[in-house]
Amino acid sequence: MFQIRIHGRGGQGVVTAAEILSVAAFDEGRHAQAFPSFGSERTGAPVVSFCRFDDQEIRTHEPVMEPDAVIIQDVTLIHQVDLFSGLSPDGYVLINTSNSFSDLGFGDFFDHYHAERLMTCPATEIALEHLGRPLPNAALLGGFAALTGEITWDAIDKAVREHFTGPVGERNAAAAKAAFDYVASKIKEAAHASTN
Amino acid sequence: MLRQIEGSKAIAETVAFCRPEVVCAYPISPQTHIIEAVGAMVKAGTLAPCEFINVESEFAAMSVAIGASATGARAYTATASQGLLFMMEAVYNAAGLGLPIVMTLANRAIGAPINIWNDHSDAMAVRDSGWIQLFAESNQEASDLHVQAFRLAEELSVPVMVCVDGFILTHAVEGVDMLDQSFVDSFLPPYEPRQMLDTNAPVSIGAMVGPEAFEEVRYLAHLRQLDALERIPAIAREFFESTGRESGGLVRPYRIDDADTVVVAMGSVLGTLKDAVDARRDLGERVGVLGVTSFRPFPSEAVRDALANARQVVVIEKAFSIGAGGVLSTDIAIAIHHEQTLLRTVVAGLGGRAITRRSLESVLVNASRDELAALTFLDLDHEAVDRERARMQATRRSGPSAENLLRDRATVAPKVSA
Repeated sequence: MFQIRIHGRGGQGVVTAAEILSVAAFDEGRHAQAFPSFGSERTGAPVVSFCRFDDQEIRTHEPVMEPDAVIIQDVTLIHQVDLFSGLSPDGYVLINTSNSFSDLGFGDFFDHYHAERLMTCPATEIALEHLGRPLPNAALLGGFAALTGEITWDAIDKAVREHFTGPVGERNAAAAKAAFDYVASKIKEAAHASTN
Repeated sequence: MLRQIEGSKAIAETVAFCRPEVVCAYPISPQTHIIEAVGAMVKAGTLAPCEFINVESEFAAMSVAIGASATGARAYTATASQGLLFMMEAVYNAAGLGLPIVMTLANRAIGAPINIWNDHSDAMAVRDSGWIQLFAESNQEASDLHVQAFRLAEELSVPVMVCVDGFILTHAVEGVDMLDQSFVDSFLPPYEPRQMLDTNAPVSIGAMVGPEAFEEVRYLAHLRQLDALERIPAIAREFFESTGRESGGLVRPYRIDDADTVVVAMGSVLGTLKDAVDARRDLGERVGVLGVTSFRPFPSEAVRDALANARQVVVIEKAFSIGAGGVLSTDIAIAIHHEQTLLRTVVAGLGGRAITRRSLESVLVNASRDELAALTFLDLDHEAVDRERARMQATRRSGPSAENLLRDRATVAPKVSA
């Protein structure tokens, strides 16, 4: 089972992101589940959503307590919410920011994590460029696919286009692709740097 | 067709396959997505003929359902929590009149303090109303149960409530193998009313009944529920034969054959519980699960049979009777009635507190060591309770406890889960 927790704020498509991710996993023939943290949805309030997928039937309905990946849609939550609670030592982190991971002031918090699994991606800027609106969710799903390899780009592309139909779907898919390419190139750069 | 779909949407589409002729509802979380989706289908003409009636309250919603059903229409509504309480008088009337209305209850806690999250307090509040109450374990079962519910309701002229855990199921996107129109048409025959307001054959429905016949009317209602104990498994079996899916029925045992401890529960916690039981089984512990699908009528005999060999029975309940203890536990105790069985009640998941597999495993560990008290509250913060008790002792005007506890809890790091 692979479990993802998505943190963001009301209005950023946090719940939608988990749903699209679950559809992408479903389309790849896996069992998948997505659900929100069941808050009173208010614009700007911290929101959490969950997604899990597995080759087996998923029976559990507990929240994701020990995620394999955490996606942070809003970097300002860092000081408000326990974002990395239960994160697996082999876990992935993808944060929406134009800063680099080391600039975020986590200190030694991530010393025992795999550096190549900690990633930032300017998803809001990418969304503004492609959608004209600061909705980073689809872009981050592209980034997630590139970072983890747990889901194929094609599945994300299809699920995004299914959810946002027509031109909005095209633009969201373009944003997701841009983020996918961005993260893929960062991974390549890092791999290149470490081999030199 | 297998689809990745939100529980509410799967329920709404399945309800539409049942061809309700009148739908009336008042929106309340977490029922809203169901009724919005049904409304959209009526508006689009994909659910037709069907009249969607906007009403000004839940009391009106059930009253309209009663009126529609009494004229021979297939009627459907949905609600939750305070909405159910607001329609309470009409809920009893629907059952007392023997009108086969189907209602989805998106289970949610009851205030005060106001809370929109899941538990089973709402369903428990109407357990004696005469409605059949079926609890869904998953969204697959939630969808399937609606077809069975209309069939059962109309066969027996009893209203049926399909209880679906609010948010946990209604807002979860999962794989659901959707039924289709031709199957539902073959499974659910057109509604043939036992009684109906018909100008060509006038009758009164709902006249006053005095002491000379009231008890008999009530007893007849009881007999109809006992009939349901036969019909619920029969309908589930027929459903299984057509679909291959075990949806519905009275109870659902899981790994109980050689179980020393059997955990009894209802609704969506059963999935997490089965995972916990598998984990303990891997360690050699003899534990099993009994899911209760039909809470009303209560399947005493099926429960007794399933629990006959258990040394210990642990009932996990998302509601309790304040000042007394477990609600489901009471029914279980009456059903098993042998004194040598240890019966333990664990109240869990109130107001949406997440029931984690880890906490369930700790219940199983404590049970295996015979360390479970007769009544425990899962993951209760005893220290926070003690602090409020101390505040109440220290000052007369200690203020509202709910708000005091909120302030108390806010000093702890915000939790990820509700």
